[in-house]
Amino acid sequence: MKFGILVNEGPYQHQASDSAYQFAMAVLAKGHEIYRVFFYNDGVNNANKLVEPPQDDRNITQQWSKLAADHGIDLVVCVAAALRRGIKDEILAPGFRISGLGQLVEAGIEADRLVVFGD
Amino acid sequence: MSDMEENEGGAEKVKRLMIVNRKAPYGTIYALESLEVVLIGAAFDQDVSLVFVDDGVYQLKKGQQTKDIGQKNFSPTYRALEGYDVEKLYVEQESLEVRGLATDDLLVPVEVLPSAKLGALMEEQDVVLSF
Amino acid sequence: MAVLHTTNKSPLQTRDLESCLRLARPGCGILLMEDAIYGALKGTAAATKLAEAAKDKQLYVLGPDLAARGFTAEQVVPGVKVVDYGGFVDLAVEYHHVQAWV
Repeated sequence: MKFGILVNEGPYQHQASDSAYQFAMAVLAKGHEIYRVFFYNDGVNNANKLVEPPQDDRNITQQWSKLAADHGIDLVVCVAAALRRGIKDEILAPGFRISGLGQLVEAGIEADRLVVFGD
Repeated sequence: MSDMEENEGGAEKVKRLMIVNRKAPYGTIYALESLEVVLIGAAFDQDVSLVFVDDGVYQLKKGQQTKDIGQKNFSPTYRALEGYDVEKLYVEQESLEVRGLATDDLLVPVEVLPSAKLGALMEEQDVVLSF
Repeated sequence: MAVLHTTNKSPLQTRDLESCLRLARPGCGILLMEDAIYGALKGTAAATKLAEAAKDKQLYVLGPDLAARGFTAEQVVPGVKVVDYGGFVDLAVEYHHVQAWV
């Protein structure tokens, strides 16, 4: 099956991004495909390459970048939500791209399942 | 992908897409940003339903005057939805009653559904987005 | 077309689960994850509601979120099945679609 994943909260403030990431890994481990991960609302902050947690804690942004690199996952950040929150190309972490809300709707259309992680 | 499936903007497949709103406006951004998804969903010719449950019903309250909180009043956008062919607006009856609201308090015509009927409608969807 | 409902906030603190239970139809699945796991524990005010729901709905709780918060499967209301993220994926496949109560 093809999965779409929607992340509506930023890193660390809520568990949503962590839950989405664990779910994404489980999707792949089960042999399914991830069509796209879409970041909306404060979720766009997951794409910020300047994220710098303490050394002994997970780097949520880098986890997503690595997932994208290892498995060719499409990580899309909503342009309107991103602009509102100051997430721009110059601070975008590897593997993320900024695009329109149409990419979320398209994921809903093309994927077999769309799972929302928010608060 | 076969030639038949090639399309621009996913216009070939039509899914029943429901957007569920359960949060009040202005206290958080979810109401505003959810509305933007509705407009895009309509632009993709999907079968869009917009549902208001719990405090989400407050998004449709008439008479929103936001000047003194310094936020933009986006409630007129709900009236513009019809022009985008988004006509399926549902409000949960129980959510209205618990808040002492009636359809007269709302700024657009909606279909009020009791919980069981709304729940059944939710089951008939292909994709549900919640913010 | 049975739905898998997910909730992530504690039902002792918010009304997400209450609303979900009000609207969810018989035969559906409900997964408690993140802070919602507190709703799956024996001995809380939420436990009776959940036991009632278990009569016509399939209830699940996310094991990793239970463990993170210091609880074990033994402390979960009977009738609520503990699943891991892999189990969550299987449920998403099994049910027609997923609806998040956020």
